[in-house]
Amino acid sequence: MRIDLEARGRPSVLMIWLSPVIAIVITLFVGGIMFSFMGLEPLNALYVYFVQPLTNAYQLQELVVKATPLILIGVGLSVCFLSNNWNIGAEGQFVMGGIAGSWVALTFHGMEGFWILPLMMIAGALGGLLWALLPAFFKARFNANEILTSLMLTYVALQILDYLVRGPLRDPDGFNFPESKLFSPSATMPLLTDGGRMHLGAVFAVISAIAIAILLWRTIKGFEVKVSGEAPRAARFAGFSEKGMVYFSLLLSGALAGLAGISEVAGPIGQLLPVISPGYGFTAIIVAFLGRLNPIGVIFAGLLLALTYIGGENAQILLQVPGDATGVFQGILLFFILACDTLIKYRVKITGFGGKPVAEGES
Amino acid sequence: MATAKKTKTKKAPKEASIPLLEARDITKAFGSLYANDHVNLSIKPGEIHALLGENGAGKSTLVKMMYGVLQPTSGQMFWNGNHVIIQNPAQARDLGIGMVFQHFSLFEALTVAENISLAMTGERSLADIAGEVVEVSNSYGLPLEPDRAVHSLSVGERQRIEIVRCLLQHPRLLVMDEPTSVLTPQEADKLFVTLERLSGEGVAILYISHRLEEVKRLCSAATILRMGKNVAECDPRKETPASLARMMVGEDIAEIKASSRKSGAVRFSIENLSRKSDDMFGVDLDNVTMSVRAGQILGIAGIAGNGQEELFALISGEQVAPESSVIEIDEKTVTALGINARRQLGVAFVPEERMGHGAVPHLVLSENTLLSTHAIGLHVKSGMIDRGETGRFSSDVVERFDVRVPRPDPVAGNLSGGNLQKFMVGREISLEPGVLIVNQPTWGVDAGAAATIRQAIVDLAEQGSAIVVISQDLDEIFEVCDSVSVISDGRLSPAVSTGDIDYEGIGLLMGGMGASSEKEGTDSHAH
Repeated sequence: MRIDLEARGRPSVLMIWLSPVIAIVITLFVGGIMFSFMGLEPLNALYVYFVQPLTNAYQLQELVVKATPLILIGVGLSVCFLSNNWNIGAEGQFVMGGIAGSWVALTFHGMEGFWILPLMMIAGALGGLLWALLPAFFKARFNANEILTSLMLTYVALQILDYLVRGPLRDPDGFNFPESKLFSPSATMPLLTDGGRMHLGAVFAVISAIAIAILLWRTIKGFEVKVSGEAPRAARFAGFSEKGMVYFSLLLSGALAGLAGISEVAGPIGQLLPVISPGYGFTAIIVAFLGRLNPIGVIFAGLLLALTYIGGENAQILLQVPGDATGVFQGILLFFILACDTLIKYRVKITGFGGKPVAEGES
Repeated sequence: MATAKKTKTKKAPKEASIPLLEARDITKAFGSLYANDHVNLSIKPGEIHALLGENGAGKSTLVKMMYGVLQPTSGQMFWNGNHVIIQNPAQARDLGIGMVFQHFSLFEALTVAENISLAMTGERSLADIAGEVVEVSNSYGLPLEPDRAVHSLSVGERQRIEIVRCLLQHPRLLVMDEPTSVLTPQEADKLFVTLERLSGEGVAILYISHRLEEVKRLCSAATILRMGKNVAECDPRKETPASLARMMVGEDIAEIKASSRKSGAVRFSIENLSRKSDDMFGVDLDNVTMSVRAGQILGIAGIAGNGQEELFALISGEQVAPESSVIEIDEKTVTALGINARRQLGVAFVPEERMGHGAVPHLVLSENTLLSTHAIGLHVKSGMIDRGETGRFSSDVVERFDVRVPRPDPVAGNLSGGNLQKFMVGREISLEPGVLIVNQPTWGVDAGAAATIRQAIVDLAEQGSAIVVISQDLDEIFEVCDSVSVISDGRLSPAVSTGDIDYEGIGLLMGGMGASSEKEGTDSHAH
């Protein structure tokens, strides 16, 4: 017996958009089963996880806070993935962006000025961009696989952060805690509301999603992104540079991840800590796919994945579910999106049962 | 159904009343499109039966159902008068149906015997298979060395592997899809001897070809399809190529109007172009030199895989040519320039491969125009795409070149090969280029579309453009070109006026000019 995947003629447009919905439904179902194995009432657990956070104004704001980095990174990754470049190291670019921006914040600590925050944002974006430049250069110059290089550089970035907060950037008055000084008000993201943590980063997220949407749908550069990803030979025919696209897509996604990093550090966190991300850079990969690599879709996907973080915290408090359940949920969701996408493009064909001709007598 | 070995009859009754294979009322629907609509076909043992039709007439669909690759929506197949449902190719092979595809599925790095053993069912030693390969291939005049690696073989020899692979299964029906499209005239002649021999042994052959001369010479029966329906059955020996074409197309094919062109100054030239291929199995170009004058059409004949792809990449600038060569456009040296810079000098290019090279299947036609127009400043204003302009441009091309579209501005992948080709050629010709380079302008295109495309090329030359047509199709070369060079193993022969050379002469050049490119040994001059 052999199991083959056979391409369907043309996958239906409706199904391509339904795919994430189906994946979400199956994920909830499997999640329910997981909860019942943990001895919890599945419906109640799912309620705590996915509905309760939506019933409370503070948590709705938190949803936006968590979605902000996911969307910023996710739209960048969409461009990357559309062009067939696989930046898996957004987490590292996020961290380097956070570090670079923080360095500006700490350099001008105690000073006031409207220019500090924009400078931090630029430094953050540059930090992420430079960290993405390495895998881009390796790919363009040596044909090194960017999946591996960008992923490995993530761990390098995490070590650099750890070193800095324990060494050069540690707050001298911080009782030896591994953390930097709290940023001064001029180096902190303005809040959008009173009494919440929703900050200017959310605006960046929406603006970047719209900007990338225009880039992809209206400009020749966006056309180049799509053609490069879908038909590399046609891209060569159109005179688009393959290496140019490697740099463009990786640097763009790196810069957006870096911007997300400094927005997070200068926003909800307010100082540099040994850990500044609960895996936003990785979760954003799921966001990009769930949002169909469509910048507007990414906004919704970002909100949904943000919900898994908040629901996870909720469940930890109310149901004593381990925090790792969030990661499990995200993993199950990615698994089912990829499975749904595959089954929408291909049908499973089981062949090879003997292979004898079926004779039906004479007629 | 153990094997057909024992049941293989050396002397099949010449006039068997029961057809070997009969397809009755076969319908195959893809959504609302009927690729086959109540098609009937019956083949007698020992018959060489032609299946004719334009591209998209439903030939491949019908053949795929016979070979178990597709299942009919309705209708029945009969094998020796027994109703059969052919579920997969393995089952078709067990019945005794062998198929030689147009595109080979061979592993370049493996030997002939290894490639054949991959297709064989059951446990057999490689030595055993190699022995049988030698035996079968020699007895049918298809000499093969089992230990040669496939990448070192010519296209004709590769086709032999596919044929021998089928013969080892002792088929009673052999389906051949455009087998001579990759052969020189001399190689094709040898193939016909083999096919006639098989037919004499009672093997039925279903022969798909668009070369009607060949069909008339070889086949004793023909089934003609048009738009998925049977339109005629005939004995091709009693028809003329023109009458066969009329049945296929349903109307007379427009003759190309000869033009009274005068050649002017040299508009495009290449000198001393040599380049080692980056691909291990690619072809190294060796000292290619050519020049084309205004109003002139130069044909580059040759069997696929002799360096045409590599040459096109360098001519177009998709790949930058080495500094030792000189490429000039209107007397301006462009050797180091990329494809867009060359476009800006008024050159247009049509690559061979439609899907994924000359067009992006998932993008609509108006977006596909951008592939070649963005570089010359059309349709793009400060980085933004002008969708109104691309839409107008592509609908002009659609109208002017009679591209049949299922709906306004469809995705390229929804067009048939012929229509997409008309679109691609039309897109470039609409730019009124001073130099046009076309690789296989009518490859896999139906007769009507081919006539449209060839006429457009001739008309462009009349306006004073210089044109290079790279083509495997000798009929095409003789129809449109003023002069012809032959590419063989990466070398280009000097151009000869098409009036001064015939098929035979070109065929000999295709076989190789020097001793090193002589791949076939002594028997290539057998007849």
